[in-house]
Amino acid sequence: MASLIPCPHCGPRPKEEFTVRGAVLPRPAADAPVEEWQAHVYLRENPRGDYAEHWHHSGGCRRWLVVKRNTATHAVHSVTDAAEGRP
Amino acid sequence: MTSHRLPTGGRLDRSRRVEFSFDGKALHGHPGDTLASALLANGQRLMARSFKYHRPRGVITAGSAEPNALMTIGREGRTEPNTRATMAELYQWLEANSQNRWPSLDQDIGALNGLLSRFLGAGFYYKTFMWPASFWEKVYEPIIRRAAGLGRATTLQDPDRYEKTWAHCDLLVIGGGAAGLAAALTAARAGASVVLADEGMELGGGMLSDPASWPQLAEILAELATLGVRLLPRTTVFGWYDGNVFGAVERVQKHLAVPSPDAPIERLWRIAARQAVLASGAEERPMVFAGNDIPGIMTASATASYLHRQAVAPGKRTAILTQGPAGFTLAAQMEALGLEVAALVSLGNGPAWQGKAPLIRGIPGKAIGGKSLKSLQIEGGPRIEADAIAMSGGFSPVIHLACHRGARPVWSDARHAFLAPSEQDGLLIAGAAAGLSGHAACLGDGAARAAAALARIGLRAEPAFGPAPEDAVAQAPLGELGKTKAKKFVDYQNDVHAKDLTLAAAEGYADAELAKRYTTSGMATDQGKLGNINAAAILAKARGTTIAAVGLTTFRPFYTPVSFGALAGTSRGHDFQPTRLSPLHGWAKTLGAEFVETGLWLRSAWFPRAGETGWRQSVDREVLTVRRAAGLCDVSTLGKIEIFGTDAAEFLNRIYCNGFAKLPVGRARYGLMLREDGFIYDDGTTSRLATDHFYMTTTTALAAGVMTHLEFCAQALWPDLDVRIASATDQWAQMAIAGPMARQILQRIVEADLSNEAFPFMAAREVPLKGGIMGRLFRISFSGELAYELAVPAGYGEAVADAIMAAGAPEGICAYGAEALAVLRIEKGHVTHAEINGTVVPADLGMGKMVSPVKPDFIGKHLLHREGLTDPQRPQLVGVVPLDPATPLRTGSHVLAKGAAATLENDQGYLTSTAHSPHLGHSIALALVAGGSQRHGEEVVVWDGLNDAAIPARLTSPVFIDPKNEKLHA
Ligand SMILES: [Zn+2]
Repeated sequence: MASLIPCPHCGPRPKEEFTVRGAVLPRPAADAPVEEWQAHVYLRENPRGDYAEHWHHSGGCRRWLVVKRNTATHAVHSVTDAAEGRP
Repeated sequence: MTSHRLPTGGRLDRSRRVEFSFDGKALHGHPGDTLASALLANGQRLMARSFKYHRPRGVITAGSAEPNALMTIGREGRTEPNTRATMAELYQWLEANSQNRWPSLDQDIGALNGLLSRFLGAGFYYKTFMWPASFWEKVYEPIIRRAAGLGRATTLQDPDRYEKTWAHCDLLVIGGGAAGLAAALTAARAGASVVLADEGMELGGGMLSDPASWPQLAEILAELATLGVRLLPRTTVFGWYDGNVFGAVERVQKHLAVPSPDAPIERLWRIAARQAVLASGAEERPMVFAGNDIPGIMTASATASYLHRQAVAPGKRTAILTQGPAGFTLAAQMEALGLEVAALVSLGNGPAWQGKAPLIRGIPGKAIGGKSLKSLQIEGGPRIEADAIAMSGGFSPVIHLACHRGARPVWSDARHAFLAPSEQDGLLIAGAAAGLSGHAACLGDGAARAAAALARIGLRAEPAFGPAPEDAVAQAPLGELGKTKAKKFVDYQNDVHAKDLTLAAAEGYADAELAKRYTTSGMATDQGKLGNINAAAILAKARGTTIAAVGLTTFRPFYTPVSFGALAGTSRGHDFQPTRLSPLHGWAKTLGAEFVETGLWLRSAWFPRAGETGWRQSVDREVLTVRRAAGLCDVSTLGKIEIFGTDAAEFLNRIYCNGFAKLPVGRARYGLMLREDGFIYDDGTTSRLATDHFYMTTTTALAAGVMTHLEFCAQALWPDLDVRIASATDQWAQMAIAGPMARQILQRIVEADLSNEAFPFMAAREVPLKGGIMGRLFRISFSGELAYELAVPAGYGEAVADAIMAAGAPEGICAYGAEALAVLRIEKGHVTHAEINGTVVPADLGMGKMVSPVKPDFIGKHLLHREGLTDPQRPQLVGVVPLDPATPLRTGSHVLAKGAAATLENDQGYLTSTAHSPHLGHSIALALVAGGSQRHGEEVVVWDGLNDAAIPARLTSPVFIDPKNEKLHA
């Protein structure tokens, strides 16, 4: 129905404005073994509890965000820009 | 039919008459009536037939929990089934019809179901309709649907409109009774922004049924209005969601005879509240005794509501059954109004009684009557002549909303009721919803709760009312009453009686959730608002345990039914999704184009000319004109993305599987974009307009997807790269000018040398057009002809297209549409998403050599060389032609080896795209066929299962024209 996600650029916005991609996973190094790439592309945890996901503010600022939330309680712990803290 | 309207009193406007009809019968009421009160005033107690047994039913409540009085109201497109007569306000010429009866409400043949009732008990769906399986669709389901039914939805278009909106506030108060009003007043006086929503037509809640509190109510409402509180009567808050957002539906014009077209009929609110106070009141518990569903029996609070708000007497002689003081109060009020109370039957402790009616200590044994109540037999006591019963089995706080986000109801021994946790993040519970009784106590509690809620957000508020004592002591739920085995209804709406529940418990379905599914108790539109507590009491007794141990079923949104119209809002019909029009739409329309929906876009499909009788004729002409002379096609729907930055080339080098780092300025390149799993995601051309500026085109279908992908790569994967991306799809009108005469035509409007030397194949740069505007010209070709794509600022698109058409008139240039474009590209063996279908890698399309072997990294590199993706027997792109040129090929047909049976095991692939090639004079196809690249020339069978055809055909190269690309480079 509705709920609010605090975009660091736009403030609290309805979740319908966002698109969820899935878990935040660091992309393996270019020379990583194929098994690592296989795991990166296909294997996912399905935790009950804290989870970090990439959300796109597709109906807003169009920034990719890291949403840290709890899958059981739906509590949103933090929302930061995906580029933040990266080199 | 006698009038039950009292000569004075009520909150009615007696100076005005409101005419309405029920089952075709003309009746009247007054403004201030609900449909239910108006029917009662007219003596119409029989309002419905029950769901399963078709028993005669009247109203039980005066509010949103009403399980019985469901009606179809309105006519034509405004017909609305299953409307609670207790919630429908009367309006001029309202048409109401009863449901679930035939031939009439009075004489209903379905009542025979009552005789079959021993087959319709708990679990009857599971027991009766198990087998044979073939009976389900043809026999059981139609019978159930006809016999056990609610109203029928109209198939006509709803003429009204709906809207959605947001509200933000410091404090949302849910419920406009004493507690809610006090909460709103407390918060508003402190300067907080306040929204007060109540499902009723008038704010006041229980105070409306108590004339003594009307002056105070008027005072509070006046002050709330002056303080700027947003008052939302007729607004049901139906759900509590994450982020403290509440869903509510406002019935803006449902109560009007002729809704104004300038306002919505209903409005869906999403209310983001910093804090909320739930003051939703309490529901009075019915009593479970034999015959407790006979019309004339209702709750005491409903009786009081009709009596005081609409001046409707419940009957001539009313028996009052009460477990606590509520019945005593009602009895005294009725006698004060001169109404006869036949008996006051007390099941528990009550105050002293000084009224005229006899006070009887006992329990109800059996109510007697058919379509109307006649008498009440006291268990082991007297029989009381009465045509109405008001019953009060205690109160259940309305806690649904407070449990929508996972909190479980908790049994309170002190309150003899299930309560929700009173203090949750963002939500406090006040008044009767927290188990309190009495207006004074609720005013005090509401005020205190609002002050506490505001303190949580740093606002100081002085409670508008002080604490006050409660009226009554809470009473335990009664469960089943009386020894008789006759039906005692627990869930009126689903016709579930006490024995169904004891049977369910005996058969092992005593868990609250299981019993709900097994008996249907607590299902349907009222979700057990009245019955669940009694069901829990009966199950507890059957299990020999406590009500607390049995518990309640889970509360979920919606609190009461919400119309699809309100949820859809303005997203209806053509407005369900936007329609995108190309900047050349008007140009194409002027030329008579037929349009086709492609995603959100309307694309020109073909341009019929006088004398052409079918689309194929137009398309063939367009294709041949392009191959012979020239044509102009609107390709504006392609995705267009501007990419800037000193690292733009490096960025594209990582995005595409082929190299882009060394693409010279002024050149375009075809690129294949892979997914990380190695499969092709999208294709298109990207041109370098400056060292740090690229212009990418994507397919129409994936324009948005590619944009999102690029943003992810730039922001999340490689934020260190200096690159910026902007979608420019709507900024440019883009047209393909294709055909051997394309250059000479285009040269007439372009102020730049277009000779093959100056502007070779894959050249790409800005060029001035005659008249002064700048365009972007690309020598790229989807058709396989000498061709260009010209992009101009969208607003100039139609003028430029007109200019090109005029310039090409001597050569006979034609406009061609998406269909001709498809034929041209199939003839040339170019792929679209029919081939790039998520299962192909570059090598499958003969593009394996494009994949850069030297780049250290690009999206899709690392999984591209897995065993399964390099198997030489993978489906690969081939051309297919029928051996008999007169036979058409159809997309989706499968390829079989000659002589092989049409089985899944023998399947070798399928036809992805087919067309009639006017150039070749027969049908051609592209196909993905196992090991196809090595099988050119092989005869196969094309199996078209839909048309039961097996067509001898030959695999060929996928390029049907100009295999040496001489036309491209001409
Ligand atoms: Zn944003």
